[in-house]
Amino acid sequence: MKRIKFFLLLALVIFLFSLPAFSGKYILYITIHILILSVFALGFNLLLGYTGLLSFGQAGFFAMGAYACAKILLILPSLLLGTMTGMIAGALAAFLLGFLCVRHTRIYFSMLTLSFGMMIYSLAWKWREVTGGDDGLVGIPRAPLEIPGVLSINMNPMGNYYYYVLVISLVAIYLLYRLIHSPFGLTLKGIRESESRVAYAGISVRHYRLLSFTIAGLYAGLAGSFLPPLENTVTPPIAHWTHSAEPVMVTLLGGIHTFSGPIVGSIVFYIIKDIIVRYTQYWLIWFGAIIVFLVLVFRGGIVIFLIERIWSFMNRR
Amino acid sequence: MIEKLLFQTLIGLSFSMYLWLLAAGLTLVFGVLGVLNFAHGSLFMLGAYATFTFYGKLGLNFWLSIFLSLLCVGGIGVILECLFFRRIYHIDLPYQLILTFGFILIFDDLVKMVWGGVAMIPPMPRFFEGNFNILGRPFPYYNIFIICAGIGVALLLWMILEKTWWGRMIRASASDREMASAIGINIPILFTNVFVFAAMLAALGGALGTPVRVVAPGIGTAMIIQAFVITVIGGLGNLKGAFVGAIIVGILTSYGILLFPIFELFIIFVVMAIVLMVKPQGLFGK
Amino acid sequence: MSILLRTEKLKKYFGLVSAADHIDLEIEEGVLTSIIGPNGAGKTTLINLLTGNIFPDSGKVFFKEEEITDLPIHERVKKGICRSFQIMNIFPKLTVFENVLIPIFALMNKSLNFYKLIDDHLDAKQKAEHLLNEIGLIDKKNLTAGILSHGDQRLLEIGLAMAPEPELLFLDEPTAGMNPVERIKVLENIRKLSKEKRSTFVIIEHDMDIVFSLSDRIVVLHRGQIIADGTPEDIKKNEEVKKVYLGEEIFWQKR
Repeated sequence: MKRIKFFLLLALVIFLFSLPAFSGKYILYITIHILILSVFALGFNLLLGYTGLLSFGQAGFFAMGAYACAKILLILPSLLLGTMTGMIAGALAAFLLGFLCVRHTRIYFSMLTLSFGMMIYSLAWKWREVTGGDDGLVGIPRAPLEIPGVLSINMNPMGNYYYYVLVISLVAIYLLYRLIHSPFGLTLKGIRESESRVAYAGISVRHYRLLSFTIAGLYAGLAGSFLPPLENTVTPPIAHWTHSAEPVMVTLLGGIHTFSGPIVGSIVFYIIKDIIVRYTQYWLIWFGAIIVFLVLVFRGGIVIFLIERIWSFMNRR
Repeated sequence: MIEKLLFQTLIGLSFSMYLWLLAAGLTLVFGVLGVLNFAHGSLFMLGAYATFTFYGKLGLNFWLSIFLSLLCVGGIGVILECLFFRRIYHIDLPYQLILTFGFILIFDDLVKMVWGGVAMIPPMPRFFEGNFNILGRPFPYYNIFIICAGIGVALLLWMILEKTWWGRMIRASASDREMASAIGINIPILFTNVFVFAAMLAALGGALGTPVRVVAPGIGTAMIIQAFVITVIGGLGNLKGAFVGAIIVGILTSYGILLFPIFELFIIFVVMAIVLMVKPQGLFGK
Repeated sequence: MSILLRTEKLKKYFGLVSAADHIDLEIEEGVLTSIIGPNGAGKTTLINLLTGNIFPDSGKVFFKEEEITDLPIHERVKKGICRSFQIMNIFPKLTVFENVLIPIFALMNKSLNFYKLIDDHLDAKQKAEHLLNEIGLIDKKNLTAGILSHGDQRLLEIGLAMAPEPELLFLDEPTAGMNPVERIKVLENIRKLSKEKRSTFVIIEHDMDIVFSLSDRIVVLHRGQIIADGTPEDIKKNEEVKKVYLGEEIFWQKR
């Protein structure tokens, strides 16, 4: 089983790296969006699937990352700097707001995160001088990838930017994978299962929740930072709670308790959205319906469902 | 300056009443059914759209329109509770919240599909046209009506919960579901009742707002955040707390709009954060 | 023998009921103590107060002469106090091995380690295997904790309490629901570990056989107060205790 998984993964990575060779701009554009959503959702699921905390405000941190990156790129066009700033902005915002959120029980936590997410949204919308208000920030350059004195790669060709996002996303995903399977990840799982037992292991549950929240914020900020160079603009809707709904949806789709769930969910999301949008502009209804259906029928998500099916099929042989 | 603040207080007070109607249902459903319904704001929105249709488009009598809207949204409440919410009472919290979240998406787009995405305002009923002169400024009669209506609903709810047999059953079930069931209270029917009642409260809020507030997709959800803050401040499941909380939030929001327009949402969040730190179960919670 | 734990006039009220009423208690190192008393006497409340699950209304708790009255749970564990629960408190969806790894990583201060995979932490894994061997669950280490039998889950519960290698270990009805064979196994383990002087055990138990054969000292609680405190011999002769256990006289006739 493990060897199959490894080869599937390898095939996927090879496929992703060779994509620009046979795909046009549009496919690469969509794939970048899938990567962005995957990174976003993986961070979200660290909180939900592994620490047991449901956050409805991750879009706030995504937006912090996007706006911070945009502001930097408008002053100093260095892609690397923009990405790093985005990550730090997301992490910092999560750390500060986390202090207030993590000390509370789960319902209050979810409500608080929803509230903070919308607070950031309202800031983005109203603070014209800094964020451009509802017009947002425009004219953001797709800055070159520069390491002074070493290299400078032009990012305007979609293929180049695609590779940039791909490499960083893969590294981020890999690091998160290691984290989940490390003592820290195990402790988080313990917190999800029984907070008091973890406390009696000598762990300050509050500190670990805060750490988890900060890491989720970092990933959200990272995902957000990929957006401005891609679209050349940043507008307030990315901070709205409906955007916070996306990682929730795709994680549910793919499976809350698996590592790859959010990634699978992101792929399925874009495929379905692409299909639905061809027939009607009201695709949110379908998404809402899919969510309702998934919750009522498949609590584990598609990945678990498929895994169980395939597993029992293989065992029958 | 003081006059400005006093006047703003009155404006805030009328805004509070919408928040109260929204938060009352939210906290009632949580207290009795144990579910936090994120989609509660959608019911508010549906109440507004229904009233807009009956009164604004079809020209029916204003009061009749409100009554019909309550019936319609009540019906939707029955469907929601019996077909969907009933199945999620016993599942993990994250899945509950996610499901109610799904309904927000459904209702928002549904409304766009049926009525279009444009914001609308029906005309003010003739009876209420005109303003009161308070502190030298015009204060619409309608707003006074709203304030009275809100207080009226509060008194009505208090009477129902404290003095009627139905109210007693609700309080019993809220504090101990199993015991209530053991002494013969039909829990499933009671739950449906409460859910529908809460839905109608929200719809009433939306309906009453139509002559003065915009009818557009997302209006309920825009206020649900403040409704959450209210229930946190007042204590989840606590109606008295929701009323007081609504007044606090409504007035603070209107102060915020006047004094710190960029940070108006921040003010109420700061208050919420303080309440959570000092008395996490809410001002009136246990 | 040094005093590990000491309380001063510990009081806890739940409404009008005093669950802990002016408790002055001393736990000596190496002395296996049992706390007994009829239901509702306040035994679990006492452990909750001593381990940090709840905080007293008044009074103080000292551990090795350091005041810990207001210390949160995880800090008390770091100082050397741990407990098992009367109601199962394990990690049901994790494997048995993962269950004990959590407190072991915490003990080794490796819980913040986020880069090295669990599989590569050989020292921790060794400790975990050693612990599982001691409590007899080693052959079930890869099973999901939630599907274990009740008795095995209780063993795991005790194992989780032992994993932080505490100096003072409270076991709240460790053998509840176990069959006689399992009880004896647990008994032997506790006796062995207590003799090896690694942890001082304080046990809440209802099974008088265990209490009398195992304990060096017995403390009897009734309505939140200590009504008797002494060796098993002393307690057997105590009239107060007999009165309190009036309905359970039958237990006193053995041994």
